[in-house]
Amino acid sequence: MATDGRMFWRLILKLTISIDKMIVHAIFFYTFSIIAVVSAIMVTASKNTVHSVFFLILDFISISCLFIMIGAEFLGMIMLIVYVGAVAVLFLFVVMMLNVAQQKNQWFAGQATSKHIPVGLIISTLIFFEIIIVIGGWKYKPEIFDINNSLASTSVSNTHSLGQVLYTDYIHVFQISGMILLVAMVGAIVLTFRQRSGVKKQSYIKQISRERAEGVEVLEVQSNKGVKIDD
Amino acid sequence: MTEIGLGHYLTLGAVIFSIGIIGIFLNRKNIIVILMSIELILLAVNINLVAFSIYLGDLAGQVFTLFILTVAAAEAAIGLAIIVVYFRNSGTIRVEEIDKLKG
Repeated sequence: MATDGRMFWRLILKLTISIDKMIVHAIFFYTFSIIAVVSAIMVTASKNTVHSVFFLILDFISISCLFIMIGAEFLGMIMLIVYVGAVAVLFLFVVMMLNVAQQKNQWFAGQATSKHIPVGLIISTLIFFEIIIVIGGWKYKPEIFDINNSLASTSVSNTHSLGQVLYTDYIHVFQISGMILLVAMVGAIVLTFRQRSGVKKQSYIKQISRERAEGVEVLEVQSNKGVKIDD
Repeated sequence: MTEIGLGHYLTLGAVIFSIGIIGIFLNRKNIIVILMSIELILLAVNINLVAFSIYLGDLAGQVFTLFILTVAAAEAAIGLAIIVVYFRNSGTIRVEEIDKLKG
C-alpha cells in the first residue's frame, strides 16, 4: 500500500512537471511575442523617431529572448550584440545627428497622406493571409528532404554544432559574408567622406624632402650692419 | 493552445512581416523609419528560418540566419550613409520632398 502511494505521487509529480514545461513554454512564448508585435506596431506608429528606435531595440531584445528559449542560443546572443549593440546605436546616432527628432511622424493625421493608408493596409493584410494559408497547408515529409540531422545529438551545445558546420560545409557563405561586410564598410566610408578645402595640413613628403641648401643660408655678417632677410 | 509548435513561430513571423510592410507603406514622413521597417521584415525572415531549423533538426537555417544578419547590418550601414549624404546635400529627408528622380 505504501509503495502504491509512492508510485502514485511520483506519477502525479511527473505529470505536473511535464504539464508545467509546456505551460511555461507557452507563457514565455506569448509574453515575448506580444511584446514583439506591440513594439513592432509602435515602431511604425510612433510620432517621434527616437521612440521608434527604442521600440526597435525592444523588438530585437524580445525576439532574441525567443531564440534563446527555443534553443538557438548563439543566434540570440549574436542578435543582441549585432542589432542592439551596433545597428540600433547606428540608427540612434544618425537620428540625433540629422536632428529629425522634431519632425513629427504623423501618418494618421495628414490630409494629403490619407490615400496611402487603405492601399498599405490592403496589401499587407493580403500578404499576411497568403502566408497564413501557406502555413496552414504546409506539411513536412521527411522522406523527401535529405537533411543532415545535426541537431539530433544533444551532447554538444548549439554554438559548438554551429561552429562545426560553419567552418566546413558553409565556409563559402562565411567568406562571402565577410566580403559583404568589407564592401559595406568601404562603401559607407566613401559615401560619407568629404574633402574640405582650406584646412591646413601637415605634409610629410615636403618636410622630409627639404634639403639643407634651401633651408639654411650662411651669411657673412659685418659689424654694425645687421642682416636683411628677404621674405 | 498551450503547446507551442512550428506554426506559432511562423505566425509570429508573418505578423511582424506584415507590420513591416504596413510601416513602409504608411510612413510618409521620415525615411529612417522606412529603413527600420526593412529591418523588421528581415527580422521576421530570421524568425521563420530559426523556427524551421529548430523544429526540423537541420542546422542550415541558423547558418543562413547568420548570413541574413550580416546582410542586414551592411544594408543598414549603407542606407544610413546614403541618408546622411542626402541630408547634407539637400537638407531634408522627408519622404514627400525626395522627388528628384520624379519617381
